[in-house]
Amino acid sequence: MAKHHVTTTVNGDPVEYLCESEQSLLDCLRDELDLIGAKEGCSSGDCGACSVLLDGRLVCSCLILGVEAEGKNVETIEGMAQGEELHPLQRKFLEHAALQCGICTPGVLVAAKALLAKNPDPTETQVRYWLAGNLCRCTGYDKIVRAVMDAAAEMRGA
Amino acid sequence: MQERVKKPQFDVVGTRPIRPDGVDKVTGRAKYGADLKMAGQLVGKVLRSPHAHARIKSIDISKALALAGVKAVVTAEDFPGQPSEFIPAGEGVVNYRDMSNNVMARDKVLYEGHAVAAVAALNEKTALAALDAIKVEYEVLPHVIDEMEAIKPGAPILHEDMITTGVTPAPTKASNISKRVEFNLGDITKGFAAADLVVEREFKTKAVHQGYIEPHACLASASEDGSAELWVTTQGHWVVRAYCAKLLGWDIGKIRVTSSEIGGGFGGKTVVYLEPLALALSKKSRRPVKMVMSREEVFKASGPTSGGTVKVKMGVKKDGTITAAEAEITLQAGAFQGSPVQPACMCAFANYDLENVKVVGFDVVSNRPKVAAYRAPGGPISTYGVESVVDEIAEKLGICPIELRLKNAAKEGTRAAYGPKFGPVGLVECLEAAKESDHWKAPVGPNQGRGLAAGFWFNIGGETTVSLQLNEDGTLTLMVGTPDIGGLRASLCMMAAEELKMDVSKIRPIIADTSSLGYNFLTGGSRATFSSGMATVEAARSIVKQACGRAAKLWDIPEEAVTFEDGMIRPAGENAGKHQPMHLSDIAKVAGKTGGAIVGYAAISAQGAAPSFGVHIADTEVDPGTGKVTVTRYTAIQDAGKAIHPSYVEGQYQGGAVQGIGWALNEEYIYGDDGKLQNAGFLDYRIPVASDLPMIDTIIVEVPNPRHPYGVRGIGETPIVPPMAAIGASVRRSSGVRFFELPMSPPKVLKAMKAAGKA
Repeated sequence: MAKHHVTTTVNGDPVEYLCESEQSLLDCLRDELDLIGAKEGCSSGDCGACSVLLDGRLVCSCLILGVEAEGKNVETIEGMAQGEELHPLQRKFLEHAALQCGICTPGVLVAAKALLAKNPDPTETQVRYWLAGNLCRCTGYDKIVRAVMDAAAEMRGA
Repeated sequence: MQERVKKPQFDVVGTRPIRPDGVDKVTGRAKYGADLKMAGQLVGKVLRSPHAHARIKSIDISKALALAGVKAVVTAEDFPGQPSEFIPAGEGVVNYRDMSNNVMARDKVLYEGHAVAAVAALNEKTALAALDAIKVEYEVLPHVIDEMEAIKPGAPILHEDMITTGVTPAPTKASNISKRVEFNLGDITKGFAAADLVVEREFKTKAVHQGYIEPHACLASASEDGSAELWVTTQGHWVVRAYCAKLLGWDIGKIRVTSSEIGGGFGGKTVVYLEPLALALSKKSRRPVKMVMSREEVFKASGPTSGGTVKVKMGVKKDGTITAAEAEITLQAGAFQGSPVQPACMCAFANYDLENVKVVGFDVVSNRPKVAAYRAPGGPISTYGVESVVDEIAEKLGICPIELRLKNAAKEGTRAAYGPKFGPVGLVECLEAAKESDHWKAPVGPNQGRGLAAGFWFNIGGETTVSLQLNEDGTLTLMVGTPDIGGLRASLCMMAAEELKMDVSKIRPIIADTSSLGYNFLTGGSRATFSSGMATVEAARSIVKQACGRAAKLWDIPEEAVTFEDGMIRPAGENAGKHQPMHLSDIAKVAGKTGGAIVGYAAISAQGAAPSFGVHIADTEVDPGTGKVTVTRYTAIQDAGKAIHPSYVEGQYQGGAVQGIGWALNEEYIYGDDGKLQNAGFLDYRIPVASDLPMIDTIIVEVPNPRHPYGVRGIGETPIVPPMAAIGASVRRSSGVRFFELPMSPPKVLKAMKAAGKA
């Protein structure tokens, strides 16, 4: 069967790609568009390493088909920094040493950004439950939670 | 905190700069194992055994090869057979026959998921179709999963030539026991006779996986001339190179291995699985071949660590003095020999200064994936048993668990049962820090319990090469060969900056490939910051020496009459003040005119690794309705020797503690009667998530290692050693029940509480 032609927006850029019916959005981002920031940790929606925003909604891109991105707006880790300026979450992750190996970091950052868009002043518990879908095996989450809380405070101007 | 050595003041060491590899990791630019593409690359996939134990009667690959788009198929026939011999490697030994038979089954499959064949095809769809087209005829054999079942007479035998070593006289019949080890100190019979109280218990732990989020992945490109390139996520690319060369019969020097960024390893990425297959497929297809494991493959075919059975017997006097300690440790090796039973035996009683010790260990094969190292391999298993018994003793004698441990703690001069006499070690300091901690002093919350346990890891040194290149503008390039798994580059740059009095941001570190730098043993054994740090310091001091020599040349004075202080090179002695001091960067600018590039190089085998002790405190609460245990507060205290970058030291303590919490409460390999793994995914093999946990408080104790220029001890492994016993002790108090089996998962806890009338 012929491949599907998908026209979509990724990080504000209009893009097109060809994909198979069964190809996931994650595979399309990585293999067709060379956006390798989203990672495959499980391909079953359990680890969150492939987290992206689809029309502003946090999703595991391994559970979305490439064809579902048609006409949508996809945001990935590659679009998070503005020009040469890191997003406050990215900066706080560095300052708090909130990453060790870094494989989960893109997904965690995308998820945290989605949280702060919904709730600019989350409690520690809210941060922990929101990020419960993003597995990190290195840090024990302590520094991640602190970095998110600190970034939220900075973004609120607190 | 009592200081054993007056702490020198440092400019950089002990501060918290931004890590040099950080920005690439928060922007998605960092390239991991699956992130590289090569023109013309093929997709490689592995056909795996559906059976726990079977004889391979035949493999027919003809239909797969006939499929359009299939470029190569390999089976065991494509790998030269290896003799069975044991080669020392870091914390353990390797046997190339076993390694070869593990990466590609020969004659028999020994576990569900064991590789039988591999294919390379134009795309994934075709590769999967090719796997379907390979016909394997099996003769299914009876299997055995549990280690205690595997040692029973009449159990299915995995290896017909396995004769237990370490037993005199040697057995005449094959068994599943690969070896017996024994450590002795003093006379335990006398020791137990002198005891007022003897506690004897048996513990059971399950196999758990390292659970790195990045699956195994590599990209291989072999040329017709015998040379090859390999991009791979690994803890040691020189080790991968040696293993691949051996398994394929290729020249080591012709294989160039580049280590990608590594998405977690914890010991699990110290061995090879896909790499030799990808190289063989690439050679056959004459195309680059990329291979990535699925999560299911990671669980079924890459190493978890052992489950095991630990029997502990300890005798004490009424005042808490331990008079004798005995343990018998039986560990699962997986399908091939080589469980971490030796280090498990070494760690068992290492926390204590004892006169009478006997530890016996058994390495047992069964139809499970071959175990791989996992953070302090073996240590957490034996320590769980011993520290749980120590807690029970404290309870029975009515002594505070910290005081009981202080009374018996290992210290400088203690002779460990496994041989060495400890130099300066920090267990007493950690216990004192625990006693003084906010956590220990705080009242225990309602319905909660508090537990504490200690842990130890010996740490290793070993071969490391570092090259420092002083660039013409005074910046520095640092090349190291131990993959950076959690902040290594930051720590090494800081040590170089400290030595050279440079701004740490002017140092650019890279993980060099195997063709660009001398041999480096892998990142493991908590050796990277210790060993590569030592080599970095030596290389930096060589830079200083060379720079002073260049200045001497310029000033036409003897080299000995030049000093380096605060980044400035000055004439000294009778020449003092006669020449304008020069900054290191001024020397760099004129390097070309004074003798050529200034490169500091250190190729060492680091000696003097020192153990790190830790003490963890856990508070838990148990839901009497469901049996779910919640950790409500946690503190990890550990001796770092010297924390180069304290944030990443804390990170190791926190991460190790949380892996231990997972081990204690949730994680386990679950097998069906059919010998198949039932929970090969992150949904059913549940590692801790953010909402399961409290903040993990840390206390860094620093008792410097006198054998390292900055006092560094390895710290990465010890943090996973105490948690299981600390949580067990805590659950004892929050649930009213003492558990002897991990994980303390809700159904087990509920059942035990009901039986005890506590729920």
